[in-house]
Amino acid sequence: MRADPRPGAAAAHAHQFEDAQQQRDAVTLGMWAFLVTEILFFGGLFLAYAIYRWSFPAAFALSSHHLDVTLGGANTVILICSSLTMALAVHAAQTGAGRKLVGFLLLTILLGGAFLGIKAVEYRHKFREHLIPGASFRMPAGEAPARDKATPDPLIAAGVPAGSPLAAAGLQAHAQVFFSLYFAMTGMHALHMIIGLGLLAWLALQARRGRFSPAYNAPVEIVGLYWHFVDIVWIFLFPLLYLVGRHA
Amino acid sequence: MSGHVVPAKIYFLVFAVLILCTALTVAAAFMDLGPFNLGVALAIAAFKATLVVLYFMHVRYDPKLIGLAIALALAWLGLLLFITFADYLTRGWVPFPGK
Repeated sequence: MRADPRPGAAAAHAHQFEDAQQQRDAVTLGMWAFLVTEILFFGGLFLAYAIYRWSFPAAFALSSHHLDVTLGGANTVILICSSLTMALAVHAAQTGAGRKLVGFLLLTILLGGAFLGIKAVEYRHKFREHLIPGASFRMPAGEAPARDKATPDPLIAAGVPAGSPLAAAGLQAHAQVFFSLYFAMTGMHALHMIIGLGLLAWLALQARRGRFSPAYNAPVEIVGLYWHFVDIVWIFLFPLLYLVGRHA
Repeated sequence: MSGHVVPAKIYFLVFAVLILCTALTVAAAFMDLGPFNLGVALAIAAFKATLVVLYFMHVRYDPKLIGLAIALALAWLGLLLFITFADYLTRGWVPFPGK
C-alpha cells in the first residue's frame, strides 16, 4: 500500500482501490487473515495443554502451585493497561493528535517492557528452583491438593502404589510436561511481545516524524490489532497456567 | 478499521471491566466450585477476549466480512479441539512416562 504519508494529505489510496474506505477495509482484512493463522498457531499449543491437563490433572495442579500468582496477576493488569494505551494511541492517530500519539506509543512500550521484565524475574525463579525441564528438573513433591486425590495421577489409578518410587518418578515426569508447556506457551507469547515492541518503536519513530494523520494511520491500526491479539493470548494463559487447582 | 473513531470513553469503560474480570477470575480460582472451576475461568477469559475483539480491536464497527473471518478461525479451532478430543477421550491412555 502506498498512501501519501504527508500529514493532512487528502484521503490517498492506491490505484487498485475504489476509494480510501475500501483500502482501509482491505488493510484490516489482511491483518485479520494473519491473526487467523496466529489463532490456529496458539490453538495447537492450547490443544496440547488441554490433552496433558486432562491426562495428568494432579501433576498439573501441583505444578501450577509453583507459579507466582502475584507476578502473573500483575502482568495481566500491566498487559491490559498496555492494551488501553495502544487503543488510545490509535484514537490519537485517528484524531490527528500527533504528540499524544507518540506519548501513548511510548507508554505502551514501557508497559510491554515491564511485562517482559517481570517474566524474566519469573523465569529466573524457575531456574533457581530446578523447574526447567531437563536433567536437573526436580519439583518438590508436596502433598497433593485435597480435591485432586479424587482424580489421582493416572499411574496411581493404574495400580501403582502411592508414594512408591515409580509413582514419584511419574509425578516428576508429568510435572515436566506442565513446565515444558509453560515455557513453550509463555516463551512464544514473550517472543510475540518482543516483536510487538520492535513494531511499536518503529511506529513511535514514524509518529515523531509526523508520518501519520487522520487520513493515513493504517500502520498504527494494524500494529494495534497485533498488540491486542497478544493481550488476548495472555488473557487465556493466565488462568490456565497460574490458577489450576488453587482452591485446594 | 473502517474509519470509525471509537470514543475514548468506551476504551476506558472496557478497560475497567477487563480489570474487574481479572480480579474476578483470581477470586473464583481460590473458591472451591467443584467441577466448575475450569468452566468459570474459561468463561471469564472468553468474555474478556470478546470485549477486546469488539472494542479495542473495533470489530463491532468493522464490515461483517471481518466477523466472518474470525468466526471461521474459531470454527477451525473448534474442529481441531473437537476431533482431537473425540479421539483422546474415547481410548485408553498408557500412563507410564516414555511408554
